[in-house]
Amino acid sequence: MELNISLAPDILFYIGSLPVTNTLIGSFVISAVIIAAMLLVKKRLKKDTPGKFQNLVEFLMSGAYDFVVSIIGSEKKAKKIFPLAFTLFIFILVANLATFIPGQAAVTFNRGGESVAIFRAVMADYGMVFVMTMITVILVQIVAIAVHGPFGYMGKFFNFKSPLSFFLGLMDIVGELAKIVSLSFRLFGNIFAGEVLGAVMLFLAPFLVPLPFMFLGLLSAVVQAFVFAVLTVVFVKLASEIEEEELVEEASM
Amino acid sequence: MELEAAKMLGAGIAIGLGAIGPGIGEGIAASKALEAIGRNPEASGKIVPLMFVSMAIAESTAIYALVISLIILFG
Repeated sequence: MELNISLAPDILFYIGSLPVTNTLIGSFVISAVIIAAMLLVKKRLKKDTPGKFQNLVEFLMSGAYDFVVSIIGSEKKAKKIFPLAFTLFIFILVANLATFIPGQAAVTFNRGGESVAIFRAVMADYGMVFVMTMITVILVQIVAIAVHGPFGYMGKFFNFKSPLSFFLGLMDIVGELAKIVSLSFRLFGNIFAGEVLGAVMLFLAPFLVPLPFMFLGLLSAVVQAFVFAVLTVVFVKLASEIEEEELVEEASM
Repeated sequence: MELEAAKMLGAGIAIGLGAIGPGIGEGIAASKALEAIGRNPEASGKIVPLMFVSMAIAESTAIYALVISLIILFG
């Protein structure tokens, strides 16, 4: 038995020149499952006597909405950011938890004689995580520009009042760029490391020994989904706040 | 020393040293949060999510170390 660890997802087949990887299939399946479940809830929506599943969905939604309001501090902003944050949360959560369904590793695709697993942990593909991170980061930039105005926003980075503030402004650029790395690699690293840890433990001592690590993976699957969505909300909140100094400046101008 | 062996050593040292700081920091965050919950159990609903977020931010340096060791290993 050979321990097989790869960063890049396995390519199943090509459509034209587009490589179709197992994580792409996985993400489509997960999206389809979420959309189908939500359509089912919508179709069977009852106002007076909600069913069990509708109860669960309503509980999740209202709890998450109240939490977003408590973080961002205003109902108006929360209404705008909630759909994105909750979509990210539910997609990452389902994608992470789907890796714990037993037996799916046995489903393989025959690619020219070698067998490739059809399902792989979606968040263990850096491309997927990077796209979601870029959605968040670009949104944060747009919000910041919309709130502060283009020149006000540039003024945050190029500040000529004193050498120290000029240097701090340049450091802020690095901080914005580091957001991309830290946000994406937090999710990717946790899920990828969980997969590798599980594989190594299974390789060293099968059956009982990997179980505690599976529990740890279950915990990090939920926590990382939560953290990604909450950090999105926190970044947007930070970008959409006008600092008091600026208010004073604007009032004095 | 062969290049391959040096790479393996470097990757191990990078993530090992990089994980020390966040490990201590997250431990402090968790201990303070548990202390706070012990004093005021009613507030646990507010404390626990904030604890997770702050732990995730403290984790960043470990993530950078992980990136470096992954680049050394696979890049």
